[in-house]
Amino acid sequence: MDLTPERYQKMVKRAGPSSPLGTHCLWAFGVGGAICTLGEGLRQLYLSLGWDQDASGALTSITLIGLSGLFTSLGLYQRLAARAGAGTLVPITGFANAVISPAIEFKVEGMITGVGAKMFVIAGPVIVYGLTASWVWGLIYWATTQMGWGG
Amino acid sequence: MNYLWAFFIGGLICVIGQLLIDLTSVTPARILVGYVVGGVVLSALGWYQPLVELAGGGASVPLLGFGHLLAQGVREAVDAQGWLGAFLGGFTAASAGICASLIFGVFFALIAKSRDQN
Repeated sequence: MDLTPERYQKMVKRAGPSSPLGTHCLWAFGVGGAICTLGEGLRQLYLSLGWDQDASGALTSITLIGLSGLFTSLGLYQRLAARAGAGTLVPITGFANAVISPAIEFKVEGMITGVGAKMFVIAGPVIVYGLTASWVWGLIYWATTQMGWGG
Repeated sequence: MNYLWAFFIGGLICVIGQLLIDLTSVTPARILVGYVVGGVVLSALGWYQPLVELAGGGASVPLLGFGHLLAQGVREAVDAQGWLGAFLGGFTAASAGICASLIFGVFFALIAKSRDQN
């Protein structure tokens, strides 16, 4: 067999594991993109049913969160997340999973200190810092309106 | 066309998260916090609304969109009620997402068997 260095490189590349970074990004892109496309489809559906922009957005979030809860309770969301990584984490379904998954897991510790408290392990910081950032922005925006730059 | 943009922009936002996970040691919880705070900042700068208009669900479904919702809610409330709006607008705008997550959390905890989620 005539083995040139280039040919050897090709064989090594084919036999070795594919780059995990590339594979991870491809999965994140495909699954994350698909969840967002599903969201867009739901939004268009609610718009076509006569709901306004804000209501359609809210209904889309509620539907996606409900689906995430269903898949989480069946143990399927975690299985997808093992492959899709940020593709299942970053969409609102990932936030819902971060709330619902500990709620189910810590049911054994009771409805108060188990379910009620553990739901906030990840959602808590997200809400705290999201609200804080929006409050800071609100004050800055208010200040600009007072000085006459707002609009 | 709408759907292509939704897929592309949504996928791209997730890839950025994946790169943060793989190339740095940022934990998932920090990514979620970072995306929401980042969404507030991008929205405040006026950069996120054009993305929502282009990509629809591609921009509103990722948590950046949740931050955008918070920022927009606060802005509308400040327009209506002055500085007090900074305290009112965030939760109002984010209510559907937070409320649905908590309610479904309780609901599925009640009907599902408690088990290790990993």
